[in-house]
Amino acid sequence: MTTQNELLKELETQKYKYGFITDIEADVAPRGLNEDIIRLISSKKNEPQWLLEWRLKAYRHWLTMNEPTWAKLKFEPINYQNLFYYAAPKQKVKPKSLDEVDATLLETYNKLGIPLKEQEALAGVVAVDAVFDSVSVATTYRAQLAEKGIIFCSISEAIKEHPELVQKYLGSVVPYSDNFYACLNSAVFTDGSFVYIPKGVHCPMELSTYFRINAQNTGQFERTLIVAEDESYVSYLEGCTAPQRDENQLHAAIVEIVVLNNAEVKYSTVQNWYPGDEYGNGGVYNFVTKRAACRGVNAKISWTQVETGSAITWKYPSCILQGDNSVGEFYSVALTHHYQQADTGTKMIHIGKNTRSKIISKGISAGNSNQTYRGLVDVNKSATGARNYSQCDSLLIGSNCGSHTVPYICNRNKSAVLEHEATTSKISDEQLFYCQQRGIKEEDAVGLIVNGFCKEVMQKLPMEFAIEATKLINISLEGSVG
Amino acid sequence: MEKKLLEIKDLYAGVAESGKEIIKGLNLTINAGEVHALMGPNGAGKSTLAYLLAGKADYAATSGNVTFAGQNLLSLKPDERANAGLFLSMQYPVAIPGVSTNNFLKHAVNAKRKYMNLPELDAAEFLKLLRASAQELGVTTEMLKRELNVGFSGGEKKRMEMLQMQLLQPKLAILDETDSGLDIDALRIVAEGVNKLHTSENSLLIITHHLDLLNLIKPDAVHIYYDGHIVQSGGKELAEKLEQSGYKSFVEA
Repeated sequence: MTTQNELLKELETQKYKYGFITDIEADVAPRGLNEDIIRLISSKKNEPQWLLEWRLKAYRHWLTMNEPTWAKLKFEPINYQNLFYYAAPKQKVKPKSLDEVDATLLETYNKLGIPLKEQEALAGVVAVDAVFDSVSVATTYRAQLAEKGIIFCSISEAIKEHPELVQKYLGSVVPYSDNFYACLNSAVFTDGSFVYIPKGVHCPMELSTYFRINAQNTGQFERTLIVAEDESYVSYLEGCTAPQRDENQLHAAIVEIVVLNNAEVKYSTVQNWYPGDEYGNGGVYNFVTKRAACRGVNAKISWTQVETGSAITWKYPSCILQGDNSVGEFYSVALTHHYQQADTGTKMIHIGKNTRSKIISKGISAGNSNQTYRGLVDVNKSATGARNYSQCDSLLIGSNCGSHTVPYICNRNKSAVLEHEATTSKISDEQLFYCQQRGIKEEDAVGLIVNGFCKEVMQKLPMEFAIEATKLINISLEGSVG
Repeated sequence: MEKKLLEIKDLYAGVAESGKEIIKGLNLTINAGEVHALMGPNGAGKSTLAYLLAGKADYAATSGNVTFAGQNLLSLKPDERANAGLFLSMQYPVAIPGVSTNNFLKHAVNAKRKYMNLPELDAAEFLKLLRASAQELGVTTEMLKRELNVGFSGGEKKRMEMLQMQLLQPKLAILDETDSGLDIDALRIVAEGVNKLHTSENSLLIITHHLDLLNLIKPDAVHIYYDGHIVQSGGKELAEKLEQSGYKSFVEA
């Protein structure tokens, strides 16, 4: 028992590896939120009138809303008037290449293991649209992509250069009134990514964005919009790390994806925002709305996520399966320790005929953390022949953590076939002893068992991301990393 | 000259939590290259001894010394004992869902290589090593792809223990009733595994109830273990006597 306790202690006392703060002067709007702040954001970004009006409409609606309380999460109320809603790194001219990017900024990315320069040299494997705080600072490979008609840029640029596309699709999957956090985001979002894949185009590289939260008390409100036209394909990667902070940081992002006839979008996330310290102080509050609409026939969306960060996670990447034969998939690994809380899952809304969905959720809880899988499978009357398979597995490490599974199933069509499986297991002393008896150190044994537990999901990640994600899981478990 | 590999002196030990004493004044010396058999009735504390030597946290020594390959064994962590060359073939190997047998074995082999300051084997090198050993022990490729001990039959589990023993080449292998419940073919595989490991350097401690295995492996010494200590030591004739007249004859003697 003593060795198990030692391990738990290590798990509990390990430090966040990426806790450092970049010293860059931020161009910050005054604290608080009102219509003037929204006008300021909009004017700073030279936005068209329709967008300002949309933001204001969202803001006025938000004022009538309350925070959702149904999630199994406990936290002190957030004072939304105490936050900054706009911060941009000070730069006189927008850089044309990485050489012109602030050296401190590049250094930050290097510490995170995202050497942009190296990536640029990596023969077009990954294109990076790096978002620092709220403003996009560097976009690589755009020219190459442009040749194929692919648009990959910050959403601010898209608003200026492709207003018709943005106006057509912005808020079409997640309406501004959708939920409290999405509504707030619609009012104050500052930047994010925009991806447009034209008809018949197979995007030749993985598109990737790294988000970081930096300036103190800066709310992060990214907005990502991906549109995949008929017969197109794209794989998009989102990776996040944030520097260590004592105060809680709010993050309320939106990702909207539109998938048309015979198109496919793969969206992968590795998230390791600061989870708070071993006593539950600090950490990122992550309230995200991610949703994809399969509007065309045979459209396919696949969400894959590996999450080890944030003090609080409230996140349910969803699939609206409108087109006949469309497919939605959700593969998730969530690892919580210390006092982290995660209420996460997915929603599969079957509308079209013969729509199929698959949910594989793996939750790992350690320390004093608490995790809830909350999922909805909703089969409409019209969804004849719909199929769903759900599998929710939980793995507990130690005796002070919690794991809960809350699957909602709503079926209005007799022909639908729905399956749900759930397991809960604990890494036993017997298993650890067996591994140790074969010469494997206890912490490596935990890593081995945990990696085996989430293998099914890891395999869904693009290769280079899978390696990063496995590293992240091991870092989160090891405790030897200070 | 005889080289002491394992030396147990006046060992008293029991359940860590309750303090219940199970091993009561045990003395045993195993030299390099020797095969010893330990026979005793159910509940005599044979498995406790095996687990205690391997370092399972459920058991603790209250007094006495155990020296293994020149080190104070009881001060080492279980993985350090394993890498120092102590292997325990378990009576009930535990299943580890999600971890493929292949991958587990690779981790174990590389953990030992790392301990010995040898370069770790890559996937191809390891596979070569694994295939050769697996074939000899009748472990199929299909079995290696399965999750470790998940859904394995009793015989398959024991075979897997023998495969691990073969791969790790321990200085001392303790077989805790590895022969229990095996058919004659499986028993032969265990015996072959034992005989292959057994060199002038490597030793074995075989915990068993049955003469069958001992007939196949020819032990250097047989110990009759009763109520936490050895009541009589001798050659294979002890095992034969035991087969005929049971433990009672030793206890009363």
